[in-house]
Amino acid sequence: MKTTNINFIGNRNKAIIFSSVLMLISMVSLATRGLQMGIDFTGGTLIEVGYQQAADLTALRNTLNTQGFDDATVQNFGTTKDVLIRLKPHSDISNADLSTKVLEAINKTTAEPASVRRVEFVGPQVGDDLAEDGFLALLYSTICILIYIAWRFEWKFSTGAIIATIHDVVVTLGLFSILGLEFDLTVLAAVLALIGYSLNDTIVVYDRIRENFRLLRNKSTEEIMNISVNVTLSRTIMTSLTVILVLISLFFLGGEIIHNFSIVLLFGVFFGTYSSIFIASPAALLLGVSAEDLMIPVKEGADIDRRP
Amino acid sequence: MQNHYPLWKNLLVLIIFGIGIIYSLPNLYGDDPSVQVSSTQATNITQDQSNQIESDIKASGVPVKAFEFKDGRILARFTNTDDQLKVADLLRDKMGSNYTVALNLAPTTPTWLRALGAQAMYLGLDLRGGVHFLMEVDMDAAVKQAEDRNIDDIRLALRNAKLRYQTVAKDNGFFKVTLKSAEDKTEILTALDKDFHNLEITEPEAQDQIWLKLSDKEIREIKKFAVAQNMTTLRNRVNELGVAEPVIQQQGENRIMVQLPGVQDTTRAKEILGTTATLEYRLVDVEHDVQQAVSGHVPVGSRLYNDRSGNPILLDRRVIVTGDQIVDASSGQDQDGRPSVNISLNGVGAAKMAKTTQVSVGKPMAVVFIEYKVETKIVDGQKVRHKEKVEKVINVATIQGAFSKRFQTTGLDSPQEARNLSLLLRAGALAAPVDIVEERTVGPSLGQDNIDKGMLSFVVGFALVVLFMAVYYRLFGVIANFALAFNVVIVVAILSMLQATLTLPGIAGIILTVGMSVDANVLIFERIKEELKHGITPQAAIFIGYDKAFATILDSHFTNLVVAVVLFAFGTGSVKGFAVTLIIGILSSMFTAITGTRMVINWIYGNRRVEKLSI
Repeated sequence: MKTTNINFIGNRNKAIIFSSVLMLISMVSLATRGLQMGIDFTGGTLIEVGYQQAADLTALRNTLNTQGFDDATVQNFGTTKDVLIRLKPHSDISNADLSTKVLEAINKTTAEPASVRRVEFVGPQVGDDLAEDGFLALLYSTICILIYIAWRFEWKFSTGAIIATIHDVVVTLGLFSILGLEFDLTVLAAVLALIGYSLNDTIVVYDRIRENFRLLRNKSTEEIMNISVNVTLSRTIMTSLTVILVLISLFFLGGEIIHNFSIVLLFGVFFGTYSSIFIASPAALLLGVSAEDLMIPVKEGADIDRRP
Repeated sequence: MQNHYPLWKNLLVLIIFGIGIIYSLPNLYGDDPSVQVSSTQATNITQDQSNQIESDIKASGVPVKAFEFKDGRILARFTNTDDQLKVADLLRDKMGSNYTVALNLAPTTPTWLRALGAQAMYLGLDLRGGVHFLMEVDMDAAVKQAEDRNIDDIRLALRNAKLRYQTVAKDNGFFKVTLKSAEDKTEILTALDKDFHNLEITEPEAQDQIWLKLSDKEIREIKKFAVAQNMTTLRNRVNELGVAEPVIQQQGENRIMVQLPGVQDTTRAKEILGTTATLEYRLVDVEHDVQQAVSGHVPVGSRLYNDRSGNPILLDRRVIVTGDQIVDASSGQDQDGRPSVNISLNGVGAAKMAKTTQVSVGKPMAVVFIEYKVETKIVDGQKVRHKEKVEKVINVATIQGAFSKRFQTTGLDSPQEARNLSLLLRAGALAAPVDIVEERTVGPSLGQDNIDKGMLSFVVGFALVVLFMAVYYRLFGVIANFALAFNVVIVVAILSMLQATLTLPGIAGIILTVGMSVDANVLIFERIKEELKHGITPQAAIFIGYDKAFATILDSHFTNLVVAVVLFAFGTGSVKGFAVTLIIGILSSMFTAITGTRMVINWIYGNRRVEKLSI
């Protein structure tokens, strides 16, 4: 790849407007539609059963309705032979026994007994705890990274990196909300992995900016940023491509359970790459980063040593 | 500027590579379906017993792949699960209740690898199938029980010391002793202070009262004890169920996690783990009229119960023997072939039973089956725990003659119920009721499916990256690919060594690592290309490329690591598995992608004149 010379920083306003619009749409969707939370966070019961032949969903729904499980949602999972049944936390019977009762009910009406592939029951209290832990994980990882970058670089970079990361997370979640995909523990793990990835990309660019600040003293901050983004561009794209390759494999072959996990990361890697090129550096620039911020402080003893 | 590694560095890389291969090898071998027999008693299985079992299995005609007897445990391997199940059923009938017969998947790792301590990765429940329960211990109930115990003790202590008092009542966590006269106060205070170190004593304004209360420290102790005691009981019950490699762990302050790999019958597992069932033996009150009691006139010394068919029956208020005096129980059949439970009592229980039966020959005695059921319901969005004590008289029999230590109880619905009850009596009662707050069951077919899909997406993802790197970076790409394979080997080896749990998200983590770990090489190679463009010699470009990329790799990988560690700290279950593979993957990729590739590049390009790099 030839070294490019694209004026990324000069066109920062376009990128900022574009990203602001994306963020706005995402936030509106998150505020109005919200995320489709899985039972990990809401509590409830999930039963996946398999049949030898394509399952008759309508019959299953009718059975469950007449047996008093009228809140059950029944849908195919992956193939037409696999069925996913979801139930909200129940008030009239013990939740721990709910799955057994549902299975009894559906096996009574179908000719072929369902083979249970998985049952997940999460009590409402556990759901709250998992949601709280998830939120804390997001918060603490953000704080840890803020501190680390502030220590290795400088607070303006640190803030810039966090802005870029929050941008990636919000836009990815926004897309998740718009598409109505289910948000569960595995997806949360993917969001955290995405934070790590997005930062990784940003740091590589920042690292080069820092190096060039020290190397190219007669250039403006904007010029240095542009050069740095351009020389790291091929690396940024190459790494994103290899990650996207494995994610595509995971998406198509990894099975239904890992589907949303790979979607989050696919979106995330895409936006993460975009933001580390178009958003991270302008953000630091807007915060007023300059070469002086990153100069290695002159050692106090240095002058004394040079005296004859 | 020679690109040359000292000998020790080359050796280090090669040794780590060698160790990685050895410790990841066990994963290539499969598992044998097997049956494991061990003793639930303190004594181990003897060689004679082992020989007997071996010939029993042979006699049944089921082909055995291997029969091992080691450390007082028997492991019989089979070629398929049908044979395994057949033999397990056979042995369960033969061995009786003092032995645990468990189904297991025994790894087929060769002995030389096992001698080195190499084991295959520990698969999580989502890959091997099984059930995971999270149980919450009802702490309020535990504290309430302790309060009840203490209030009885206070009454007893005052009575034994012949001190006068009016009432001892429980009120909002306080034990309120009302005195007959204020003059006794000092004396009673001294007595209580001596006997009840665990209680805080306060003197309220009312002169004729003394209030006592469980200290905060005592309450903490009670809660700790309740969890510890419940874990012991659960462990006993799980052993009775016959599960190989169960995991029972405390989680947080009041939760216990139970993982039962391979268990499919979750209904039975739930029944056994969650219930608090016990027996009580009482004499039947034959002097009073049952019908009168039903209409509301229950005699003072009696209590009204229902039998199995719902008919009322009057029993003596005093209990002869309770469940905690039972030391052993086994299920069987009585002379008429009805399911029964054979009971053995401890010394105290036996003495009481003997004393009662001696004077009550010809009188009827009842067996009361007591079960606590806990249900959590949501009422108006609030969690309400509803406890139900189910008591029913399962059997009334006339005492034919005096007996004490050993006897039989009948009146159970089915052999299954007899088995469950004897199991519960053996394993001991739960100190406080537990409530299942989370369950995750994975069927065996889904587990295998997850492994297959995980492997397939790994292989395809790996192949795509390898192809991409080789095409784009040519020889350097090929070298990076070797490092990538090396990285996977090390990740698998470390996961195997740590016996960290591999889950489906964990496999996804390894796949993600494959995509991300070439990043370090991409950084280095791009840097080398850049240096070459500046007209620097190939040797120098290699040197500078590695040198300059190093700091960047360190910084960028570290942030990734921070996130993975946070994920590990807050993640549960399968998510933790993802974090583990991510952490190991990030760390080992730094080694393989930097040191590993450098070594090979030095071998190829080092110490000679190079005109052009294949990059």
